[in-house]
Amino acid sequence: MIAPGTLREGRPASVTLGASPRRQTNRSGRARKAATPYLLLLPALLVYCVFTVYPVFKQFEISFFNWHIFPGASNPFVGWSNYTKAFHDPIVRTAVRNVLLYTAITVPAQMAIGLFAASVLTDRLPGSLFWRAAIYIPVVTSYVVVSWVFSYIFSSEGGIANAVAGFFSGHTEAINWTGQTWTAMAVIWILTVWKGIGWSFIIFLAALDGVPRDLLESARIDGASEPRVWRHVVIPSIRAAITFVLVLLVIGAMQAFTQFYEITRGLGGPYNSTQNFMMYMYQQAFSFFNFGYAAALASLLALVLFGFSWAEIRVLRQADL
Amino acid sequence: MSMTATGPGTGRGRTKPPAGRGAPHQPGLWGTRPKNALRLLIALALALLSLGPLMYMVSLSFQDNGYILGNTSLIPTHPTTSNYEQAWTENSFGHYFFNSIYVSLVTVAIVVVLASMAAFAFARYKFPMREAIFYFFLASLAIPNLLLLIPQYLLMDRLHLLDSLEGLICLYVSSNLPFMIFFLRGFFSSIPREYEEAFRLDGASTLKVLSRLIVPLSLPAIALVSMFTFSAAFDEFPIALTILNTPSNFTLPIGLADFIGEHTLAWGPFFAASVIATVPVVVVFLVTQRWARSGISLGGLR
Repeated sequence: MIAPGTLREGRPASVTLGASPRRQTNRSGRARKAATPYLLLLPALLVYCVFTVYPVFKQFEISFFNWHIFPGASNPFVGWSNYTKAFHDPIVRTAVRNVLLYTAITVPAQMAIGLFAASVLTDRLPGSLFWRAAIYIPVVTSYVVVSWVFSYIFSSEGGIANAVAGFFSGHTEAINWTGQTWTAMAVIWILTVWKGIGWSFIIFLAALDGVPRDLLESARIDGASEPRVWRHVVIPSIRAAITFVLVLLVIGAMQAFTQFYEITRGLGGPYNSTQNFMMYMYQQAFSFFNFGYAAALASLLALVLFGFSWAEIRVLRQADL
Repeated sequence: MSMTATGPGTGRGRTKPPAGRGAPHQPGLWGTRPKNALRLLIALALALLSLGPLMYMVSLSFQDNGYILGNTSLIPTHPTTSNYEQAWTENSFGHYFFNSIYVSLVTVAIVVVLASMAAFAFARYKFPMREAIFYFFLASLAIPNLLLLIPQYLLMDRLHLLDSLEGLICLYVSSNLPFMIFFLRGFFSSIPREYEEAFRLDGASTLKVLSRLIVPLSLPAIALVSMFTFSAAFDEFPIALTILNTPSNFTLPIGLADFIGEHTLAWGPFFAASVIATVPVVVVFLVTQRWARSGISLGGLR
């Protein structure tokens, strides 16, 4: 990757920058050197502050107003009332329940299957490059696309799912999977797990590379059973990856939107029963133009997620010691 | 974290057993003996499960639209390419396709440049507030970017970037930066300093060290995060749905959703369009995937 001769590896490693004939001893040179890291950071910081950090604060501000986007409209300050409204909104309650349920089901399933798949493929296996690619491909597909593929598979008009269900149950009447609350949710869960396995798989696969194989073997020779080998050798050495996958999957689950939106056609199911937090926020803002209320919902979720990530990282760090 | 940098493809050299028949097996996760047959069977099942729905989609895209409903065969019974013709010409799908390509390529290019510079500063310099600024970037990983949709919409409005692909790029760049910086910092730290010192002795400037030495050495990691960023930007739905208004500015996911609305039962062209939308990300993934393993294990995630 580097042209031979570009790197002078033959030079003694002890030669340091300070010994360079071009060393900068004058004050302006040293000041420039001190400024270098900041100059390198500047463009990224600038973009990040304008498009991510500023919106966080702006959102918090909006949440205290009855905010309208129409030009000329007045935006009266309403204090905490958007927040108290959220705590008494029955649809918020349903949405929270659905998000928690969705997280509790899809995150462990993705991690367990991903880790299992990684354990199958970590050691040499014929065709491993192909298996790896095949398992990962659903991750790179578009949620819009696969939501509709699953909608089609679970379609009430001759979808494969109904054919299979009919074959096993003997019932002939078609199930309207995406039209009922719990079956629609099940379709969303299955879709999410199917699409998510590859992501945790690829991270666990890299992590399992670092499991010391000789330690595995000596544990086995000492008579440790496989579950014990996993508990005492495998899991401890991939703890960082487990934390990482768990935190990011939970954050991802909390912001699930597209699959809910597409499977329930943007309506949140019958009587908002499959509503989810993100979709409700979106509806409040861009269908009903209650920007203040939607911003309050978003701020609440941001706070919860922030606290959650922080606590999760701490707990898992402590368990490491 | 403390692994040394190796080139692409050497990430798993350690577990490779000596060549030749009868060589002793390296002990693995599934026991000392490799249990290849069982593992192959499981791998096959997992691959079928993963690819099944997508193969079904490809098959349906070649099925005559009149015979699509109720079709349960994996091989098209009435094969045709008319779905593709219809998808590409109607609904200006080709246009959406190039919009998506444009947005995701520009996003990747900007993110790579900005993140490499920042990661280099974090990995190689000691300066006041270094850790604080690093965690300042990391903090946003805890907040889903979708949550900022409302203030970002207002910001786009004020900057006159609403309904423009450039506005979309700004938001994508910002939301992809932190992870890229985190990842590349881990990778850059693992590159031995001696290389850089030798380079500097020849009078190279910081930017030259970065562009001629650090970035070329880090290609596996950069390829990997570029792939993540590309597929994230190529298929991003909710932000694009909110920001874009004019059909000529639509990206693929919006164009697809639009498709279903207008021709409620045109499953054939829809699946053809879906295949067109899926091919680029799969190709990008297949090109970069050989680096995936070494890239992740060197990126500080091990």
